[in-house]
Amino acid sequence: MPKAATRQKTVAKTTKTSINGTGPKAEAAKGLDLVDVDLAQAEYLERRKSQITAIKKLDKKLLREMLYQMVLGRRFEEKCAEVYRMGMIGGFCHLYIGQEAIGVGSMMALKPTDMVITSYRDHVQAMIKGMTPESVMAELYGKEGGCVKGKGGSMHMFSKEHEFYGGHGIVGGQIGVGTGMAYAAKYKGTDQVVLNFFGEAAVNQGLFHESLNMAQLWKLPCIYICENNQYGMGTSQKRAMSSRSIAKKAEAFEMANEFVDGMDVMAVRDATIRAIERARKDGSPTLLEIRAYRYMGHSMSDPGNYRTRDEIKKYQERDPIVLFKDSLKEAKVFGDKDFDKIEEEAMTAVAAAVKFAEESPFPDPSELMTDVYA
Amino acid sequence: MAVLTIRDALNQALREEIIRDENVFVMGEEVAEYDGAYKVTRGLWKEFGDKRVVDTPITELGFAAVGVGAAMAGLRPVIEFMTWNFSILAADQIINHAAKMLYMSGGQFKVPIVFRGPNGSAYQVSSQHSQALEAFYANFPGLKVVMPSTAADAKGLLKAAIRDDNPVLFLEQERMYGNKGEVPEDEDFIIPLGVADIKREGRDCTIVARSMTVPLALEAAEKIQQEFGVSVEVIDPRTIKPLDIDTIVNSVKKTNRLVIAEESHYFASVGAEISHTVMEHAFDYLDAPVKRISTAEAPNPYAKNLEALALPDVAKIVAAVKEVCYL
Repeated sequence: MPKAATRQKTVAKTTKTSINGTGPKAEAAKGLDLVDVDLAQAEYLERRKSQITAIKKLDKKLLREMLYQMVLGRRFEEKCAEVYRMGMIGGFCHLYIGQEAIGVGSMMALKPTDMVITSYRDHVQAMIKGMTPESVMAELYGKEGGCVKGKGGSMHMFSKEHEFYGGHGIVGGQIGVGTGMAYAAKYKGTDQVVLNFFGEAAVNQGLFHESLNMAQLWKLPCIYICENNQYGMGTSQKRAMSSRSIAKKAEAFEMANEFVDGMDVMAVRDATIRAIERARKDGSPTLLEIRAYRYMGHSMSDPGNYRTRDEIKKYQERDPIVLFKDSLKEAKVFGDKDFDKIEEEAMTAVAAAVKFAEESPFPDPSELMTDVYA
Repeated sequence: MAVLTIRDALNQALREEIIRDENVFVMGEEVAEYDGAYKVTRGLWKEFGDKRVVDTPITELGFAAVGVGAAMAGLRPVIEFMTWNFSILAADQIINHAAKMLYMSGGQFKVPIVFRGPNGSAYQVSSQHSQALEAFYANFPGLKVVMPSTAADAKGLLKAAIRDDNPVLFLEQERMYGNKGEVPEDEDFIIPLGVADIKREGRDCTIVARSMTVPLALEAAEKIQQEFGVSVEVIDPRTIKPLDIDTIVNSVKKTNRLVIAEESHYFASVGAEISHTVMEHAFDYLDAPVKRISTAEAPNPYAKNLEALALPDVAKIVAAVKEVCYL
């Protein structure tokens, strides 16, 4: 564990990008210290300083929308946990609490025509891409009004209208599918890019490596976003991966890569914008390792006995929403009244989503056999 | 009509569809510069270039996934597996992704993709290169499974598969690539998926055969006609899924006897499915128990004599027909 002063230096360095293996070799590894469990207050303040600088460059309306989406995502998932425990949601239910800055920071840098594909932890990303909380909650309830008519549930949110290519249930399976979506964008000559989300555990699947190889070989406009929440179900990264840095794995494919602090929505946004620029310019792919922390269990059935409450608490001290709010306040963009208003709007939206889901009918029995074949 | 090999008929289908639809492209190992491991894609790369005919790394799961994603985003990929044996590496993409995408997305995302390549045994390539996988894949809703046995069928069915909006698994047979037959030259010559073909009409016994067992069944039928004066009908379903069960049932109602000849293993095979369905629909018409000829219940061996012993052949089919006809 380096001293606080050393860590501050590390923070500043992480904004550097390593492209095609030319960046400082140890950079991504250093990034790991950034989110080590013992976090210094100094680091938090440093992070806020850089956030404030970034905030000042952005339109107020966009900043408000970013904060709103983060708060909405948090409240939505808290409600999911509540109604899941009441038996209103069945099956698996993987929550995004703690990771909101990743979805908001990256996806809100996209054009509406850009494509997104993700894993089963997909509720919040679906909403950030433009799907209504109603259609997502009704899907969780297994109702007709759900975004896929109650056929997919928690893990399978899709919207063709919003270029949201789904939540997928096989760890890492979507990494290759997203690569194919980028292949189509290049084939058709559109300017679309793909944000291809997966967790750090998926990196150990063969398809991750197969996909990065093809994307770099064929120059596909695909931005691979590893949401490193540090646990694959109950197995920590250090018990499952021989190397520490995921970003650095891109260098084996001579692919641009960057390590990003996933608690900092502005840092995520900036890194994504750099990746999008590369992708739109000549189709170059990027691997972003965005470090976050999942507050909840892997799914609702996970008791979480593989980590301590203390560990979770330490991450919550630098919560992405609290950090963003503090920065916005210090930058004098918004104050407590604005935050209260945003909270209220989010709560109202979640309540409306639950009401819609409750009132939506179950799918008609005839739906069992529709959509099997086109 | 031109006389073509199955290989060239497939090539013609690919070529015509590449020209017809700009979203059609062919992707796989050695399909471009090398002209295809079995030369099915011969000349296509030279004619159409890198965009339409794409060599991949040896990365079956990877390029199958690229195909699925590209199809979801509006293209019509034709993905070649050098042999279907290697598709097992990509089975997650075929079964968990391609087959289920339309359903899981509530009808929003179609996956119009063709996976094709040789299925079943070749010549002494031993266990890992000799598997007939149709029963495995046909078990999953969302997939279509096609197995041509003639040059004309190969062309017409492949064109139909490419134009289909569903994932279609197109299973060829390496031993048959050189088989010749008349092929219509019409560029819109299509054989709809799910329609069986009566390859030989008969009155006394029905053989249902597919892919490599079709020529064997036809030879067996001719032998039995000559030796015993028994008239055998040979039906090729051509598409395993959807299966044209009506044509088979109607034939059994006429002949009252059924032999199924197939290259896959016996246990839980497509033949078992056909046998069961015939029992359901034509139980009262059967004059003998249905007989099935399959590959031995062992991994395929290398030694020439053992391989011959394992696979279906004319003599085995003749013996089965004699048995159901009580000859």
